[in-house]
Amino acid sequence: MKFLVNPNKFNNIADVLLKPLFIISIILLILGLLFSFYLSPDDYQQGSTVRIMYVHVPSAWLALLTYVIMTLYSIVGLAFKIPFGFIVNTAVAPVGAIFTLICIISGSLWGKPMWGTWWVWDARLTSVAILFIVYLIIIFMNLSFENRFVREKVVAIFVLVGSVNLPIVKFSVDWWNTLHQPATISKLSKPNIDPSMMMPLIIMTFAFMMIGMTIAILRIKTEIISRKSNLN
Amino acid sequence: MSLRFQRLLFILLTLVIILSAILLILYNTRANVSYFYTPSEINKSDIVINKIIRIGGFVENNSFNKISSSKFKFKITDEKESILVTFNGILPDLFREGQGAVIEGAFVDNNIFNATNVFAKHDENYMPASIKEDLKDTGYWNKKYK
Repeated sequence: MKFLVNPNKFNNIADVLLKPLFIISIILLILGLLFSFYLSPDDYQQGSTVRIMYVHVPSAWLALLTYVIMTLYSIVGLAFKIPFGFIVNTAVAPVGAIFTLICIISGSLWGKPMWGTWWVWDARLTSVAILFIVYLIIIFMNLSFENRFVREKVVAIFVLVGSVNLPIVKFSVDWWNTLHQPATISKLSKPNIDPSMMMPLIIMTFAFMMIGMTIAILRIKTEIISRKSNLN
Repeated sequence: MSLRFQRLLFILLTLVIILSAILLILYNTRANVSYFYTPSEINKSDIVINKIIRIGGFVENNSFNKISSSKFKFKITDEKESILVTFNGILPDLFREGQGAVIEGAFVDNNIFNATNVFAKHDENYMPASIKEDLKDTGYWNKKYK
């Protein structure tokens, strides 16, 4: 498991994984889109609009997952003084930001026909908007600061502070009255979604995961190279 | 205790403290964080006429009345209390009796709430349309899916 913290070992494994990951992500995306558009039924209440879920929910999960990974790597970087933690932090922040943006945009497009509004300031939507702003601040912090060693520590601390938002995003629908409905898949028992609709959701989640991993690996490799050549 | 373990402990403790501080703030302001009140949370004696608030609940069965093409009258209920609502405008697609809804507006007197905005709320259940017909045919249609 050394490749998770060692840049050279990571590079070796990344070189092997990159091509298969890229191919798998394309296959999964095609399969997932086929399922979401043609091979899944209309909802009993929402009709065809329910298909927005197959983009909205995976991107929301991935936005949160990316931030969890950044939080873990910030702790690794700060507590154990492992520079690879900071490399990952710098590299994956834009990936998480894009997933959050996809989640917000698809959610708006879903909200207009179903709820009757593009946006409301309820607890779930507001906390996701804050998550997006936190991602943006991290990206801009990574572009500022002359001294790299100061910058990566400041960014890692900011990532840790921002991680407080994660449980708020996740549990906002349970703690407060929100317009957003509570989680469908929250317990290990039978979820409140039909298997025929669960299928495209799972495929799309894996597709998004693979795409995110492919981009993240590319960005981490780039970051390692630029640090080795002292570009920043 | 090694130095890196001390740093780890320091980071985790800091996180716990920040998280509990923020959760305490949010817990004590939960009335403002919540997007709407339920009908039973509204105390009849506390009603402020013409103050804009939001109320969420279900549209009561057999309460929906169409007065004209864009004027509607219905009741919002949480199965304990219900509130009479008038609305002039376009209702969202999902709006129907038994469906969750959030309405924004103000009380015009102690009993009548005049809505300026109506949002439909949908639940976390997803089901193919064909299964609904099957369930209805066989009599297994669960009221909670309405």
